[in-house]
Amino acid sequence: MSEPFLIGDAMTGGYGRGPDILHACTVAVERGEIAVIVGPNGAGKSTAMKAIFGMLDLHEGQVRLDGDDITGLSPQARVKKGMGFVPQNHNIFTSLTVEENLEMGAFIREDDISGTMAQVYDLFPILREKRRQAAGELSGGQRQQVAVGRALMTRPKVLMLDEPTAGVSPIVMDELFDRIIEVARTGLPVLMVEQNARQALEIADKGYVLVQGRNAHTGTGKELLADAEVRRSFLGG
Amino acid sequence: MDLLNALVALSNFVLVPAIAYGAQLALGALGVTLIYGILRFSNFAHGDTMAFGTMATILVTWWFQSMGIGFGPLPTALLALPFGILACVLLLIGTDRAVYRFYRAQKAKPVILVIVSIGVMFIMNGLVRFIIGPGDQRFADGERFIVTARDFQAMTGLDEGLALKTTQGITVVTAVIVVAALFWFLNRTRTGKSMRAYSDNEDLALLSGIDPERVVLITWLIVGALATVAGVLYGLDKSFKPFTYFQLLLPVFASAIVGGLGNPLGAIAGGFIIAFSEVTITYAWKKVLGYSLPESLEPSGLVQLLSTDYKFAVSFVILLIVLLFRPTGLFRGKSV
Repeated sequence: MSEPFLIGDAMTGGYGRGPDILHACTVAVERGEIAVIVGPNGAGKSTAMKAIFGMLDLHEGQVRLDGDDITGLSPQARVKKGMGFVPQNHNIFTSLTVEENLEMGAFIREDDISGTMAQVYDLFPILREKRRQAAGELSGGQRQQVAVGRALMTRPKVLMLDEPTAGVSPIVMDELFDRIIEVARTGLPVLMVEQNARQALEIADKGYVLVQGRNAHTGTGKELLADAEVRRSFLGG
Repeated sequence: MDLLNALVALSNFVLVPAIAYGAQLALGALGVTLIYGILRFSNFAHGDTMAFGTMATILVTWWFQSMGIGFGPLPTALLALPFGILACVLLLIGTDRAVYRFYRAQKAKPVILVIVSIGVMFIMNGLVRFIIGPGDQRFADGERFIVTARDFQAMTGLDEGLALKTTQGITVVTAVIVVAALFWFLNRTRTGKSMRAYSDNEDLALLSGIDPERVVLITWLIVGALATVAGVLYGLDKSFKPFTYFQLLLPVFASAIVGGLGNPLGAIAGGFIIAFSEVTITYAWKKVLGYSLPESLEPSGLVQLLSTDYKFAVSFVILLIVLLFRPTGLFRGKSV
């Protein structure tokens, strides 16, 4: 099997000098696929995501992007390497307009960004309509679209989403998932953390079930949905 | 009753001075609000930063005057202003490198930075007094008035005169140009937008590749320019005295907080609110009321709510009311 495009390999680590939260945890995403990390509360899902993005120090393990070891790089350096990250909270500039949010997303780019901006607007038509409005005035679902759009502006090689559907209504959630599938269809690998395990696994090519910072189950989305133990332990039967 | 004369008297003693003073406060408050929004602390050294910039401008003005360089009817200080700004900016960037950067690297809490800024304030204060002395300096030259009270009376035939000092005219025109340029910069340029983004959400700005040190540098650059312009305009309009500039800290902070800390538009509104409150409450209304009320109601006293010696109490009271009832300020800045 060839190396996945982005892999956090056997990661062990925690925040600062605190105890380890991740224990030899492995998460990866292949080219053109959607990988989701699910698990009960406090399982270290977001922590695993942050570890891959370089927001905590790993004691053991490696993060590799397209075969390169990037374990030692800062989050900013990883953005330049082609990783797009949408944090769970505070993921937009609330006082800036939608368009300014997208412009700031592309801050590291020196070339013409209008093409990428048009692509983002095509993907999220509501944002084109509201481009002159302050992002903080938008609804929860629209704000998430701004957040994803902002991350897409760097033309990343892989997109990482930390609970993109947290706090939005079920209808908006379905729409967001549709959009994420659309993003993945353009060939961009997507790695995301999700609370709504069932819906997330339905769209996932690969699923990682974490329990207490360890890989509990790994498989394709369908396999996990069919796995009796996974269903019993947290999909609610 | 004579409403026209009342209006002219009101303009002469209240409206025109308050507009000029408000513009000066607004420029000062803009500096405070920018530092609060981007560097995330209340800079107590701002009054003395204004004093330093003004002092540098005065020194260059004197040098120009000694060489016989003038600016026609306009004050020579306007020619010296760019040099004053340069000196002030250099001082601020030097201070940042020597002091603030150290605390920034440690991610010091805002309250620590406030105390640090008080230390910086004392040093700047001493520096200014050491160089130019603690006394009063007048450095306005050129034409004193745009319209004198006598000319106005002759033109209109009214009893009351409306004087418009050159410095007041310059204050308003300069303030409008500076504010327009600042807003254009913040809202239209990439660098300006990155400053607003950094102020809005520091972590996300870092993720977007915005360089914090560059943002901080440009902030000091702008703050130095704003502080010097504000200080020079105030000094031209009144006079320059280091202690007065230290005292200006209160109305300047009141303006920034009333408008909403971190919100540039609020700082401007706050400046005018404080200026108008101060002037109207310390003004003796006898003359205006004498014109505007029927003779039988004419006041016998001065109708002055507060002696001008207590003008700082006005800023204080407004500040307290705003902090009690609307801590984020009128324009919804950050809460203090």
